[in-house]
Amino acid sequence: MSLIDNINKAFDHRIRLGIMSILMVNDYADFNMLKELLGATDGNLASHTKALEKEAYIKVEKQFIGRKPNTRYSATKLGKLEFKKHISALEKLIGN
Amino acid sequence: MEANKYLNDITEIKNIMNRSSRFISLSGLSGILAGIYALIGASLAYVRLKDFSPTNYDGFAGRNSALWDTALSKDLTLIALAVLVMAAITGFVMTLKKSKKSGEKIWDSTSKRLVYNFLIPLVVGGLFCLVLMQHGAAGLVAPATLIFYGLACVNASKYTMGDVRYMGLAFILIGLISTQFIGYGLYFWALGFGVCHILYGALMYYKYDRD
Repeated sequence: MSLIDNINKAFDHRIRLGIMSILMVNDYADFNMLKELLGATDGNLASHTKALEKEAYIKVEKQFIGRKPNTRYSATKLGKLEFKKHISALEKLIGN
Repeated sequence: MEANKYLNDITEIKNIMNRSSRFISLSGLSGILAGIYALIGASLAYVRLKDFSPTNYDGFAGRNSALWDTALSKDLTLIALAVLVMAAITGFVMTLKKSKKSGEKIWDSTSKRLVYNFLIPLVVGGLFCLVLMQHGAAGLVAPATLIFYGLACVNASKYTMGDVRYMGLAFILIGLISTQFIGYGLYFWALGFGVCHILYGALMYYKYDRD
């Protein structure tokens, strides 16, 4: 058993950690909210959300508010579980 | 080296969780000022009530009819409104200043959520107080305002600094106690809206605002 067994590669990036932390404590967040909180560019954020979506860690809903398209993100059950594992792995790592 | 990077990650995670779910720019100093306004208002109301000549009335009947003396109740309402408006303006301006400094937006989803959740119990309480007056139970208005304001604070505390919760609980306690001392509402108001706000504001100022 290695110490880094539970470190999840899918979360191993500043922006991805940020996306997941926001979605852990908020029911959902839209693209602009994530962008503002993380200070990421459109393209950067889009590619990281896509990666997390591919792992089924986050759910993406596209809708229209009036005539403006709006993309809403929320964490899936699996995503929350994996993120918690990842965090406790990090904490163990620091503790050692 | 690695461990350091992960430590930074964890700190960042905590920070982002707080920033994204709680509005943390409430100004402590404005709490102190709101309390001071409330104490000034209460002393003005006290003077006005003392001025009110009880010679035409006596005892319990006097206390009751005081509530229906239109000039008196108009003055008291004016004092209360002035305190409310002053406190709201001060709170808004100082919170705006603080949010600029901390780079937090004043009207985003976190502050909206805070305001909505604060207003729900407060508006219900306000309507309930009108009903109390409608049924001639004006003596219960002061305790009701304290209790509902406390509930509003407890409800809002989930979306801002957690300490607001304890101030809310203090208000609820003061409100419940005051139900047993009808006719002394003004003193309990001064204790709650004055003293409690000042104590809370000072605590917040030392904890979060002082850099």
